Amino acid sequence: MNSLILRTTTQLMITILLLFSVFLLLRGHDLPGGGFIGGLVAAAAVALYLIAFGADAATLLLRVRPRALLGAGLLAGVLAGLMGMVTAEPFLTGQWLIFDLPGNAEVKLSSVLLFDVGVYLVVVGAVLTMLFALEQG
Amino acid sequence: MSALVVLPVVVPLLAAAVLLLFRGQREFQRVLATGATALLLVVSAVLLAQVSAQGILAVQLGGWQAPFGITFVADHLSAIMVLITAVMALASAVYALVDIDPEREASGFHPLFQVLLVGINGAFLTGDLFNLFVWFEVMLIASFVLLTLGSSRAQLEGGIKYVSVNLVASMLFLTAIGLLYGFTGTLNMADLAVVLPEHDAGLVTTIAMLFMVAFGIKAAVFPLFFWLPASYHTPPIAISAFFAGMLTKVGVYALIRTFTLLFVADVGYTHTILLWIGGLTMVTGVLTAAAQNDIRKILSFHIVSQIGYLIVALALYTPLALAGAVFYLVHVIIAKANLFLIAGITRRLSGSFDLRHIGGLFQHAPFLSVLFLISALGLAGIPPLSGFWAKLLVIAAALEAAQWWVTGVALAVGLLTLFSMTKIWQYAFWSPLTNGVVLAQRPSRLLYAPTIALALLILLLGLWSEPLIALSDAAAAELLDPSRYVQAVLGPATSDVGLGAGHAPVAGGRP
Amino acid sequence: MEVPFAFLVGVLFASGLYLMMQRNLLRFVFGLLLLSGAVNVLIFTAGRLSRGVPPIIPEGLAAPAGPVANALPQAVVLTAIVIGFGLIVFTLVLVLRVYERLGTVMTEELGPALVRSPDAREEP
Repeated sequence: MNSLILRTTTQLMITILLLFSVFLLLRGHDLPGGGFIGGLVAAAAVALYLIAFGADAATLLLRVRPRALLGAGLLAGVLAGLMGMVTAEPFLTGQWLIFDLPGNAEVKLSSVLLFDVGVYLVVVGAVLTMLFALEQG
Repeated sequence: MSALVVLPVVVPLLAAAVLLLFRGQREFQRVLATGATALLLVVSAVLLAQVSAQGILAVQLGGWQAPFGITFVADHLSAIMVLITAVMALASAVYALVDIDPEREASGFHPLFQVLLVGINGAFLTGDLFNLFVWFEVMLIASFVLLTLGSSRAQLEGGIKYVSVNLVASMLFLTAIGLLYGFTGTLNMADLAVVLPEHDAGLVTTIAMLFMVAFGIKAAVFPLFFWLPASYHTPPIAISAFFAGMLTKVGVYALIRTFTLLFVADVGYTHTILLWIGGLTMVTGVLTAAAQNDIRKILSFHIVSQIGYLIVALALYTPLALAGAVFYLVHVIIAKANLFLIAGITRRLSGSFDLRHIGGLFQHAPFLSVLFLISALGLAGIPPLSGFWAKLLVIAAALEAAQWWVTGVALAVGLLTLFSMTKIWQYAFWSPLTNGVVLAQRPSRLLYAPTIALALLILLLGLWSEPLIALSDAAAAELLDPSRYVQAVLGPATSDVGLGAGHAPVAGGRP
Repeated sequence: MEVPFAFLVGVLFASGLYLMMQRNLLRFVFGLLLLSGAVNVLIFTAGRLSRGVPPIIPEGLAAPAGPVANALPQAVVLTAIVIGFGLIVFTLVLVLRVYERLGTVMTEELGPALVRSPDAREEP
């Protein structure tokens, strides 16, 4: 599609959409959001770019093949699940690492977050695989 | 030990993830895919050994207690199915090293195959109905892509039928799940087994019929089987053989699981329907096979007819019949897949799958002929091969239950199966070549390895059948006593478990 | 609230099945879309409809304060939507490929198109 308005807005929107998708991903543990919906927003951003600039440009923007994203996401998800087994708990049991930072702040790293990142990547990878398949007809 | 129950799903899932990441490296993919499948075989064998030693194993994923979380359960039936899946997967994976062309490998054959295994093993091991649906879909989507991978015209034409019919089945399955949930408020199978008897039997049976149709389509029973012979002969043989062995059996497994654990309120009604379906499936499959000339089509229709025996065994619903069903499952998966694999070698030798264009193979490939004979006679149920014991158990159960017409049908269908196998033997192997060519090239030894192994298994299960019969008996005993399954999943105190209790996760969650 | 939704499910099922019985594969896919929508509404309704608050436990509490919406059907429907989405996209791509390779999307022409095609006897 060759539309100046679409191209210009896309360039503005894609940054906002990708940032928003990360925001949704991180927000997801306690509030509505999460890897799935974040991944969909990110995929929508790339889809928008694909519509505005074409499949080749979108491939360049992505740098990696969508299927590799799919693989990386699956790997992250399974590894997050396996972490539960390290402590002899069932598969997929959440594991937590909590760091106390000065100023009464704390950083929580968890296998749940890793799982969500995996979901995010799988969703982006899967949606884009399908989109590219349709685009290349 | 909890880890063991999920490993048959985790191993292929990990393999699929890594295979997707390293898509370009063909050699690496081949080694990793075969290695992962071999590892799966080891894991599955250990799982079956553990289940035999300790009884039913259950894991609550993520530590969320049943019936609220998702449960993985391995009883004898599940463990046997997982093991046989791994055996067939390894056979197909080795065969595929030669059979699958580089182009299909590049478009993702290896990761897809692992995803297919994830779906199948997940379906065998899950203890939750909705989760069963999810695994079914994982399996389906992988099978869709595998079936149409390469996009030849025949594959596309067959694929459309396969995809559309199976999607309708999935929708019915999901509808049935939705209704059951609205009705009982739970989807955990063990919990359902506890709760369902308290509900109106008529409504339960109505929902049961929806499940029967949905699983029936996936198991390819009469009159819902036509998608199978329309599509199974189109992909490369390594894929066809695995599909022929495993995919419909997942539907059969789901039927066995739901109609022994959940829907036993009105056995006189539901299982009589199953008995008729089974009988008709046997007959239609075998009769239609007689009219075919393409080896793969003959074998495809025989898949349908063999499913009939399994459904009949389930319908009889006695310890002997269910043990027969489990034994028959193992036997038919091996025999059927091996016949497909051998048909693939036949095609490499003679250039065709069409019986009218091949011949004289006994002269040119006597060893292959012996392999074929073992598998074909095994399928037909000639002693001392595995099919004999399988058929004997089912027919003895039918006699015991005084179902004379089914006994008669089963015997007649056995005879007609023998006729079909003789037909292939006669045309492809025995008769002199009249119309066609025998290619000079020798097929790779790698193609023979899995067929020899499977033929030996057929012989072994025939000559030394006691271990498998013992396992099948154990599986049948578990199936007929759902309380053991329920106890393994929900714990000994099942009475106070129910929805609505303020529940908290046992582990996990935030510290 | 459930009764009108039951009718809605019925209408969606009927229109989905009607479309699926058409000879055009594309209409079949649209029928499938309606059908999967129908099933999702069905599951959602089966979980009982209520104008509850979202099932989120407030900070510091172990259980929700008051009655909340049933979260399980929502999770189930979400999963079903995702699966349905994937399956339908695959089916669409398949129909597209069929159109490219066989030149038709009418079911009764598929068989003849296959027989006519030059690689009809192509073997894998």
